[in-house]
Amino acid sequence: MKVTTLTINGELVSASPGATVLEAARENGIRIPTLCALEGLSTVGACRLCLVEVKGSPRLQPACVTAADEGMEVSTDTDRLRRYRSMILELLFAERNHVCPVCVANGHCELQDRARQAGMDHVRLPYQHPDLPVDITHARFGVDHNRCILCTRCIRVCDELEGAHTWDLAGRGTNARVITDLNQPWGDAVSCTSCGKCAEACPTGAIFKQGSTVGEMEHRSDRIRFISAARARKEWSP
Amino acid sequence: MSPQKKHFRPRIATVWLAGCSGCHMSFLDLDEWLFDLAEIADVVFSPIADVKEYPENVDAVLVEGAVANEDNLELIRKVRARTKILVAFGDCAVTGNVTALRNPLGGPEVFLERAYVQEADTQPGIPRDHSVVPELLPRVLPLHQVVKVDAYLRGCPPSPAAIRDLLLSALGGEKEKE
Ligand code: SF4
Ligand code: SF4
Ligand code: FES
Repeated sequence: MKVTTLTINGELVSASPGATVLEAARENGIRIPTLCALEGLSTVGACRLCLVEVKGSPRLQPACVTAADEGMEVSTDTDRLRRYRSMILELLFAERNHVCPVCVANGHCELQDRARQAGMDHVRLPYQHPDLPVDITHARFGVDHNRCILCTRCIRVCDELEGAHTWDLAGRGTNARVITDLNQPWGDAVSCTSCGKCAEACPTGAIFKQGSTVGEMEHRSDRIRFISAARARKEWSP
Repeated sequence: MSPQKKHFRPRIATVWLAGCSGCHMSFLDLDEWLFDLAEIADVVFSPIADVKEYPENVDAVLVEGAVANEDNLELIRKVRARTKILVAFGDCAVTGNVTALRNPLGGPEVFLERAYVQEADTQPGIPRDHSVVPELLPRVLPLHQVVKVDAYLRGCPPSPAAIRDLLLSALGGEKEKE
């Protein structure tokens, strides 16, 4: 199959056939910030952090779900994109209760990392401070909805790699929540195999191993990439 | 400022609103550098100095803590009016942080009831004298939702080195204007 040739930030680059703009950028060492995308899982375009400008299109396009087309002219780092990215990050921080200094993922959190990289020093929007539950009914794991950014990585990893489909999404807008088994407490979810893949995939402190305290929850999302590559391409070295 | 050109000494202050004082502890952890600071600037107001009234014409202030009660609100407005550079000092000032953990629970009554009645060992009862416990605001707010903030110093608490760097750049900026 023929490679695709396109322009990213004024540079001519080539991408493997069928690659998305995000993959094309990564193959060429160009960094686009992401949150919901995780190598090894399907892409959903949930967080919009990976937005890029494509010449000829007035709308911004999420790089993780946009196919890299022949002759496409893409910009990944313009003032407009930086403005949108900061706004998206601030919206995520304002929507739920991210209290980093007392979070299990403090210092190992992809949301925190993206905010730091974007140079975010405060949130201009008023914090919503919703009253949200923490479910620690599972013997080994817990889910703290205060930290969830609804990226759906847990849903996808549980469905696509573990085949259990314990997780799903319920509700709309600000009422949206990740749920386990028809909205039962996680500890009662019979479909859960306790494999722990969701805890490795979660980008924030939302899913954690029981017993982790402040800053102790280090997610290993690289294991998800490893398992997926091992199964799909028989690549067994991490 | 040209008449005092040679004698310009920046006037700095630190203020403690609704925070745990950890940011001030980190400031004190600058140890002997505080002597260097005293060489180049006057500390005109601080919870660690015995000055009752926030003075006029302050060049830079570090404000620790969120705005949680009427006393905080009154002080931060005064501080803003009397200061050139206002720094949100630490996560409670920048985001509300732990101080704002009461917000999801509802209004202040829920929380006063919990602290002074349910958890009381002796003499349960909510203190209604606001000279004793200032009236709580309906919601705890980060500084920038109340007054204009000029710089943000993240961290819970910010490291002593980060505090020193910020002070030096704030004072340096003021010096250049001499
Ligand atoms: S999940 Fe990340 S951003 Fe949210 S509170 Fe925890 S460390 Fe902070
Ligand atoms: S629990 Fe974690 S992985 Fe699941 S949607 Fe929320 S942030 Fe994403
Ligand atoms: S990473 Fe593309 S939309 Fe989230």
